[in-house]
Amino acid sequence: MQQTEQAKKQYQKMVERASPGSRTFANSLKAFVVGGLICDVGQLIRNLLLKGGVSEDHTAIYTAVILVFLGVLLTGLGVYDKIGKFAGAGSVVPITGFANSVAAPAIEYKKEGYVLGVGAKMFLVAGPVIVYGTLAATVVGLIYYLVK
Amino acid sequence: MDYLKAFLVGGLMCVVGQILIDRTKITPARILVLFVVLGCLLGGLGVYGKLVDFAGAGATVPLPGFGYAMSKSVMAEVDKNGLIGVETGAFKAMAGGVTAAVLFSFLASLVFSAKAK
Amino acid sequence: MYKNAGKQTLIFGNDGDPASAPRITACASIVGPKEGEGPLGRDFDVVSQDIMFGKDTWEKAESEVARQAVEMAANKAGLRLEDIRFVLAGDLLNQCIGSSFGMRAVGRPFFGLFGACSTFGEALVLGAALVDGGWADHVISSASSHFCSAEKTFRFPLELGTQRTPTASWTVTGDGAAVVSAFGDGPRITAATAGKIVDMGIKDVSNMGAAMAPAVADTLTRHFADMNAGPDHYDVIATGDLGRIGKELLIELMFKEGYDLTKNFTDCGVEIYGPEQDAHAGGSGCACAAVTFSGHFYKKLTSGKIGKMLLVPTGALMNQTTAMQGESIPSIAHAVRIEGMQITDNR
Repeated sequence: MQQTEQAKKQYQKMVERASPGSRTFANSLKAFVVGGLICDVGQLIRNLLLKGGVSEDHTAIYTAVILVFLGVLLTGLGVYDKIGKFAGAGSVVPITGFANSVAAPAIEYKKEGYVLGVGAKMFLVAGPVIVYGTLAATVVGLIYYLVK
Repeated sequence: MDYLKAFLVGGLMCVVGQILIDRTKITPARILVLFVVLGCLLGGLGVYGKLVDFAGAGATVPLPGFGYAMSKSVMAEVDKNGLIGVETGAFKAMAGGVTAAVLFSFLASLVFSAKAK
Repeated sequence: MYKNAGKQTLIFGNDGDPASAPRITACASIVGPKEGEGPLGRDFDVVSQDIMFGKDTWEKAESEVARQAVEMAANKAGLRLEDIRFVLAGDLLNQCIGSSFGMRAVGRPFFGLFGACSTFGEALVLGAALVDGGWADHVISSASSHFCSAEKTFRFPLELGTQRTPTASWTVTGDGAAVVSAFGDGPRITAATAGKIVDMGIKDVSNMGAAMAPAVADTLTRHFADMNAGPDHYDVIATGDLGRIGKELLIELMFKEGYDLTKNFTDCGVEIYGPEQDAHAGGSGCACAAVTFSGHFYKKLTSGKIGKMLLVPTGALMNQTTAMQGESIPSIAHAVRIEGMQITDNR
């Protein structure tokens, strides 16, 4: 087997031809419906809380907490990964997906103990979101402070 | 009506994520990072806030909403406390969601085990 | 006494006499529920409905199935464990703990092997060499993998809601073990071609068939040249876990080399799961070739349905760190020539 750069490039092309792409249209439709429905659940919780006289600021926090709870619960019950298999980004992008990405390693790594397993691995997947979200917010805050 | 708007906007954000996953070589983890950072920057520019006014949960429940909440909070903290707000704003916004994720995930790890597929 | 052919091929048996070559006197195959539901489900010795094999972690489960298969193989060959001179086994987990932890209860001299999913081929070649060289009357060559422990080692926690791409494969849960003996009845291991590491620059860890196909093409063309024989020489050529995409790519690569693989070529990863089982490109993992050979092809060889076969287990030699560092996937394939009961000399 020739392993020259040229042969590698040719082979890459051959692989691209032979490998079926994801069915983006069908996947997107499923992501749209499931993602939209999860947001509607959020809207429902929000509307109920507001109706119950909870303040706007607290409503946002309660809504997040309740959705996170639901995401973690469905993960623990072994349901969320099935939703994810069907919905793809539809169940990854909403905050319930964030909850899933925290709960899944927590449950998986409990066999390695509660400190170095659950404790250390809990943010294995979600960690980058918090790191870069925090950095971006710091940049925004700094600029805002300077231009205000 | 707000349910329709939430459904459409939230659903469309997921569609963008799906297309990025399927059609580009960007991994899902990187797409999530991208979404949060984008939400945060758009929040800083005041754009995302308008989307939230329009779509409600449709804009706050998807991950860019998480970034938006951080930027909103960091600016509010700067208004209140000056420079120190840059350091405290982001985590204040996350406090509820992340604490909930830690608490419930820890409890879940006590109760549940990973199931074979 | 000639033991070599061409550049990379080992010839077994006294002076190349296939009748005296090492033989596979028994095979054991134990699989999990999903493999049991597949098209080969009835061929396996044991289909466990419990994917944990009675243990409380994925890793222990894999070690347990490895231990059970090795003991069952010895038992089926009518041997006690003490009769087994060496055990050669490998798996996919870090530092090969699937095998070593399983084998600590077996109490026989042990060689832990790593060739990723080609490990069963590696174990058969080295086992046959030990037997043919006179260092052992009986060895066991074995390889295991477990879907859950492999996901944890190479991908994500199981409960994470992700979608698999169409090119992704499904790690086979189970262990296949073969007793290779100096005497007794069974199909002979008459030759083997050791593979080189080939890397054609594929980086997608969800498309391992594409990464591995060139390594198979390299080994196969070498084998055909060394043995002065083409694909027609075999009733079946079976690769380990190329899957549907890798299989098509190999046919194309071999066509360019002037060989026609469309007639007698299949892939264990394509055979082991049905299209409705949602395994995408097919099965993979060390156990894929190991259980498909031990459960399916071995029975065909002993019953005479197949005369000669070339088993080519295939391995993608990356880990999670190299993937994160953006490295391409080096791959390997070893070809093992196995001939049924009716030995004819046509060399």
